[in-house]
Amino acid sequence: MAVLTEEQSMLRDAARTWTREKSPVTAFRKMRDSGAPLGYDPAAFAEMAEMGWTGVIIPEEYGGSDFGYLSLGLILEETGRTLTASPILATALAGASAIILGGTQAQKEAWLPKIASGELVATLAVDEGAHHRPNHVTLTAATSGGGYTLSGTKTFVLEGMAAGLFVVSARTDGDVDDKYGVSLFLVPGDAKGVSRKALKLADSRGAAIVSFEGVEVGSDALLGPASQGWDLLEKTLDRARAGLCAEMLGSSVQAFETTLDYLKTRVQFGQVIGAFQALQHRAAKMFTDLELARSCVEAALTAIDNDSPEVPELVSLAKAKVGDTLHLVSNEMVQMHGGIGMTDAHDAGLYLKRARACEATFGGQAFHRDRYARLQGY
Amino acid sequence: MADFGGDDIDTFRAEARDWLSANFPASLKGKGAMMFAEGAAGGGGDFRAWTKAMGEKGWGTPTWPKAYGGGGLSIAQARALQQEMNAVGAFSPIGGMGVMMFGPTLLEYGNETQKQRHLPPITRAEIRWCQGFSEPGAGSDLASLQTKCEDKGDHWLVNGQKIWTSGAQWADWCFCLVRTDTSKKHEGISFLLIDMKTPGVETRPIRLISGNSPFCETFFTDVKVPKENLVGPLGGGWTIAKRLLQHERSGLAGGGAAGRGNLFTGPISDLAKAYVGTDAAGRIDDPDLRSRVTQHEIEARAFQLTAIRSMSEAKSNSGPSTATSIMKNAGTKVAQDRHELTLEILGNQGLGWEGDAFKAEELAAVRGWLGGKAYTIYGGSAEIQNNIISKRILDLPDPLASTNH
Ligand SMILES: Cc1cc2nc3c(=O)[nH]c(=O)nc-3n(C[C@H](O)[C@H](O)[C@H](O)COP(=O)(O)OP(=O)(O)OC[C@H]3O[C@@H](n4cnc5c(N)ncnc54)[C@H](O)[C@@H]3O)c2cc1C
Repeated sequence: MAVLTEEQSMLRDAARTWTREKSPVTAFRKMRDSGAPLGYDPAAFAEMAEMGWTGVIIPEEYGGSDFGYLSLGLILEETGRTLTASPILATALAGASAIILGGTQAQKEAWLPKIASGELVATLAVDEGAHHRPNHVTLTAATSGGGYTLSGTKTFVLEGMAAGLFVVSARTDGDVDDKYGVSLFLVPGDAKGVSRKALKLADSRGAAIVSFEGVEVGSDALLGPASQGWDLLEKTLDRARAGLCAEMLGSSVQAFETTLDYLKTRVQFGQVIGAFQALQHRAAKMFTDLELARSCVEAALTAIDNDSPEVPELVSLAKAKVGDTLHLVSNEMVQMHGGIGMTDAHDAGLYLKRARACEATFGGQAFHRDRYARLQGY
Repeated sequence: MADFGGDDIDTFRAEARDWLSANFPASLKGKGAMMFAEGAAGGGGDFRAWTKAMGEKGWGTPTWPKAYGGGGLSIAQARALQQEMNAVGAFSPIGGMGVMMFGPTLLEYGNETQKQRHLPPITRAEIRWCQGFSEPGAGSDLASLQTKCEDKGDHWLVNGQKIWTSGAQWADWCFCLVRTDTSKKHEGISFLLIDMKTPGVETRPIRLISGNSPFCETFFTDVKVPKENLVGPLGGGWTIAKRLLQHERSGLAGGGAAGRGNLFTGPISDLAKAYVGTDAAGRIDDPDLRSRVTQHEIEARAFQLTAIRSMSEAKSNSGPSTATSIMKNAGTKVAQDRHELTLEILGNQGLGWEGDAFKAEELAAVRGWLGGKAYTIYGGSAEIQNNIISKRILDLPDPLASTNH
C-alpha cells in the first residue's frame, strides 16, 4: 500500500465504510435483478456525489477537491471490491480528465462544476468496433459554417444511457487509422441527431451504442487542438485506464478474500479444503500476484499525479498485470468454490463477468503488452 | 499402433455411408453443436425423425449389444461410423447420462432383468436419466454421502437430499448413491434406481451463472423404492460408482474438448482473423493473440492425437480406465481455453447478455464460456483427477489415505 496522506486515508476509510454498509454486493445484485435502465442506482450515485467522490480530481475553483488520481483510485478500489455500479469512472475520472487536460477556461467553467456535483454524467465515446483501437476513427467531423457536423457511431460507450455529455473522438483529417487528424469534441447528450441504444451486457453495467447523425456543434465544442487531439486522447485514456485498474484491483482482492474464506470453511475429506496443498499453493500464487498488481496500479496513479513522462508505460504495465491477475482470480474463485461457484446465487459469477468486461475495456492485456513493448522500443 | 482397419471395415463404411445418406436429414447438417447448446430449444420434426431412425438402428449406442437395442458394433466399426457421420455433418441425437454413463455401467453390473428393462428405452431416447450422487456435504468427498436408505422388508425407504442433479426436473429416472450402512464409509454405499415419479421425490431448479437452470436440488422424503431396483450387491455401490465416473470422465473429455455451446465451429484462427483483422501477410493482426491461438491449437491437436492413439491402443471393449483422468483434464482444459480465447477474440462483442446488438453466435459464446467453467468441476474436479493420477497411476503416497481408503 502506498504511503497515504491523512486526507487519502480518510477518503479510503470513508469509501470502505460506505461501500460495505450501503453498497455491498447484494446491492449490485438487486440493481441487476431490478433491470435498472441505467445500469446503476441513481440514488446511490447521488450519495457518492454528496460525499465529494465526483470531484476528487477536479480543481477547487471548479467545485472539486483536487485530491488527485491516487485518491480517486482508493475510492475505485473500494467500489470495485463490492462491484458497486456507478458512473464515477466514466464521468468523474475519464470525462473530467479530458476537460481538465484539454479544456479552455470557458469549457472548464461550463462542465467541470456539474461533473463535480454529480448532476451531469460525462463519458468518453471512443471505440467503434469489437476491440479498443483508439486511433481507428471513422466518425467524421466536417467543418460547416462556424462549427462542425459530426457523423458516425460509437460503441461500448460506458454509461452511454446516462450521459449528458459525450467526449467524442472524431476524424477531421488523415486516414482511418492515422493518429494525425483526430479531434475531440464535447457533445451534449441532448444535441439534435444524437441517439442511443442500450447494450445488455453480461456484467449488467451501463453501456450504449451512440449514433451521431449530422450533429451540429459550434467551434467552442472542439476540445483541444483540431486534428492534433491524439495526445490529449491518449492522456485521457491513460487516466481512465489507471482508474479502471484500481477498480479491477479491488475486485481481484475481494474475489480472492471471498475464496480464501471458503478455503478455510468448506470441509471435504474431514478437513477444510484449504488444507490441501494443491489449493494452498494456488492461493499463495494469487496473493503474490495481487501484491505485484497493487504495486503497478499505485505506481501508475502516482505517476499521473506527478505528471511523470512514464505514465503511458506504467499504465500499460498496470492494465496488463492487473488484467491477468483479475482473470486468474476470477477463474479460481469459481473453480475453488466447486458447484456452488457455478450458481447464480453465489457472487463468483458476478466477479467473473465483471472481470472480463473490465479486461476488455480500454484495451485488454494483449493490447497493453503490445503497447508496453512499443513504448520500450522493442 | 495405428489401426488401418481392413476389408470388413471398408464394407461397413460403405454400408454406413449409404444408410446415412438415406436417413440423415439434410436440414440438420452441421447443427449438432446448436442442438445441444446451453438453453437450446430442441429439435423439430426432422430431429425427431432422425432420433427415431438412429434409435431403431441402435447407432446412438453403437457398441451396446443388439439384445438391448444397441448397434452391436465393434470399436473399429463404431469409430468408422463416427468418421462417416463427421464427414456428412451428422451427429448422434441420442445422448444424455443414460447413454454416456448409466448404460455402460448397467451393462457391466446390472442383472439380466435390469438390463432388459432399462437399456432399450435409452437406445431409443425414450427415457431420460439423471445422476443422484452429489450432496451438499458430499462433493469431491462423494463417499461421505448421507442420503439414507433403509431396508423395510418389501421395499427400500429413502430419505435425504441430493444437489447439482443435472436434468432432474426433466428426468424419468435417477441412478442414485445411497447409504445403507452408517458404520462404514465406502462399504456402506449402495447403487439404487429411483423412478422420479415416485411420491416423495421433489426437485427445485438452481440457476447457473450462464442464466440457465439445467440442474436441481433433489429431495427424497420417505420415498419407497422396489427391492429389485438395487444394482449390484448391498454395500457394493462405491465400486459401481467409480466405474460409472470413469465413463462420465471419458465422455466429458471428448465432449469437453469440442467445447459444447460454442456455435463458432470453424478454426479459432479464422474467428480471430475475422474479429481482429489480418496483417499484410494475412496473419492474425495481433502477435500476442496469434501466439496464444497457436498454443491453443497445438494443445488441441495434441489432445486429439492422444485420443486417437488411446482408442487404437484399446484392445477390447472393456471401456475406460484410470487413464481417463488424464484425458478428462486435458480435454476440459482445451475446451475452456477455447471458450476464453473465443471471448477475447470477440472483444466487446463477447460481453453481450441479450439483445440484437449481438449476433446469436456471440451471445452463445458468452453463455458457453460461463457454462464451460463447470467442465473442471463436475465428473470429479480437475484437482480430484490430478489426485487420482498421482495416486493410482504415478503411485505417489496418498495424503488422504486415512479418509479415502
Ligand atoms: C453444472 C454442474 C452439473 C453437475 N451435475 C451433477 C449431476 O448431475 N449429478 C451429481 O451427482 N453431481 C453433479 N454435479 C456436482 C459435481 O460433481 C460436484 O460439484 C463436484 O464433485 C465438486 O463437488 P463440490 O461442488 O461439493 O465442491 P467441493 O468438493 O467442495 O470442492 C471445492 C474445491 O475444493 C477442491 N478440492 C476438494 N477436495 C480436494 C482435494 N482432496 N485436493 C485438492 N482439491 C480439492 C475442489 O477441486 C474444488 O476446487 C454437477 C456440478 C456442476 C457444476
